[in-house]
Amino acid sequence: MKLALLYLRVQLLNELQYRANFLLRLVHSVLALGSGLVALALVFGQVNRLDGWDAHQLLVLMGVYTMLNGVVQMLVMPNALQLLVEIEEGTLDLVLLKPVDAQLAVSLRATQVWQGLDILTGAGTVVVGLVLAGGVQPAAVPAFLIALVCGGVLVYSFLMSLTISAFWFVKLDNIGELFGGIFQAARWPVGIYPGWLRIGLTFLVPVGVAVTVPAEVLTGKPSGFGLLALAVLAAAALAVTRVLWRRGLRHYSGASA
Amino acid sequence: MTGLPAFYLAAARQSVIQRFSYRASNYLFMAGMLAEPVIYLIVWSTVARAQGGSVGGYTPGSLAAYYIVWTLVRNMNVVYAPAGFEHRIATGRMSGRLLLPLHPIHYDLAGFGGAKVVWIAQWVPVAAVLVLVFRPEFHFTVVGVLVFLVAIWGAFVIRSLFLWLIGLVTFWTTRASALFELYLVLELLLSGRLVPITLLPQWMQNAAAWFPFEWTFGFPIDAVVTPRSPSVLLTGLGVQALWVGIGSLLLAVVWRRAVRRYTGVGA
Repeated sequence: MKLALLYLRVQLLNELQYRANFLLRLVHSVLALGSGLVALALVFGQVNRLDGWDAHQLLVLMGVYTMLNGVVQMLVMPNALQLLVEIEEGTLDLVLLKPVDAQLAVSLRATQVWQGLDILTGAGTVVVGLVLAGGVQPAAVPAFLIALVCGGVLVYSFLMSLTISAFWFVKLDNIGELFGGIFQAARWPVGIYPGWLRIGLTFLVPVGVAVTVPAEVLTGKPSGFGLLALAVLAAAALAVTRVLWRRGLRHYSGASA
Repeated sequence: MTGLPAFYLAAARQSVIQRFSYRASNYLFMAGMLAEPVIYLIVWSTVARAQGGSVGGYTPGSLAAYYIVWTLVRNMNVVYAPAGFEHRIATGRMSGRLLLPLHPIHYDLAGFGGAKVVWIAQWVPVAAVLVLVFRPEFHFTVVGVLVFLVAIWGAFVIRSLFLWLIGLVTFWTTRASALFELYLVLELLLSGRLVPITLLPQWMQNAAAWFPFEWTFGFPIDAVVTPRSPSVLLTGLGVQALWVGIGSLLLAVVWRRAVRRYTGVGA
């Protein structure tokens, strides 16, 4: 834990040297949020409810999506990409030789702090959505935070498992595009998707429930997929990732071997 | 064959061979790209059904047709990106390109144009699966199909020209990416990429008329999806030609100034 915080501190200090990047990220965040809002406005210009969600509730959902996307872009994706390069080039040896848990190390080395701006704009969107929807049950807040952490764990596990498969496939340089495309599906409640896609977005590629369930918890919507089920799914996904990582390492032959 | 056509043929052929050797990578990229239209299709089909079967004249069937053709048009819209200019300038590679006997845009047009041939060949089986899953209703007419076949290449040229223009901004500042992102957001909203143009509120449709976006996205798609009279379709090709003209003119002017500003690495 101490080590994890130290890693993050070093990254933060490194990034703080480049303040112009902050402005660029700000522009990006604002544009992304703006186009999301326009898409919502277009849909709700035609109908009052989408699969039982009203505009304010969907605003909360979009905020949750933006927050999780921020976590992915700040923490998960940069580490996944670095891991990919090191598996391909064999330089992962240097990490494996260190006396720390290697999975923890490869998950926390490369942070892009400014990308975390999306976490803040997302949280702001959630708050605005809640205020417009007429407030929130106080009891829903801790449940929401738990659901959000589970959502984060699910997304991490999925992207990490995808990356770990590079131990077998070696070259997967379009992984960023692939994940970015699939993750967009989580912008909308998982219930609007037809059966086979909904099942896929729950179990196979769990990004759908990772966003929908926290938003349901917060807006007090009855959920087809409860908090407990989400927690179980997250734990299972983490365990699968761990197993894959172990097997992948056994398959890894290094640069000089 | 001599001159420019011969150059295009040779450069495109080279690009076809290069692209063809990365088939798996192409498919991974395509899979990521497919998610976007499928999501739009599902959202707008849900809206259409909630409104009793159609929205803005589109039924779930014609929406399916719209977003399936969308995938091909989106591929045609992949052109040399402004980020590439940053790379070329930062590494000094632009210097070499300035010494070439032809305007450097010809190399990008021919290279990406050749890659499109491989794209389209790989897209056909993907489209077949999409047709089976989503049951689209097309509106094919002879004129519509012919206009479509010309218009997708018009779209490619128009988008190449305008993204080159944004790329040239890198000659003044090394960070053109913010401008590019703004372009992408406007394009997303006003081109027919997010939704068919007729589903936009009137003021947004009016705004769209001032930009080239619609002619690179919505226009080619609608040629085979919605009923349009031959005169409307042919006029559309004319507007495309107009935008090619505007783009080329702007590019010629900006290019001349940009080159004068350029100082390469090692110059």
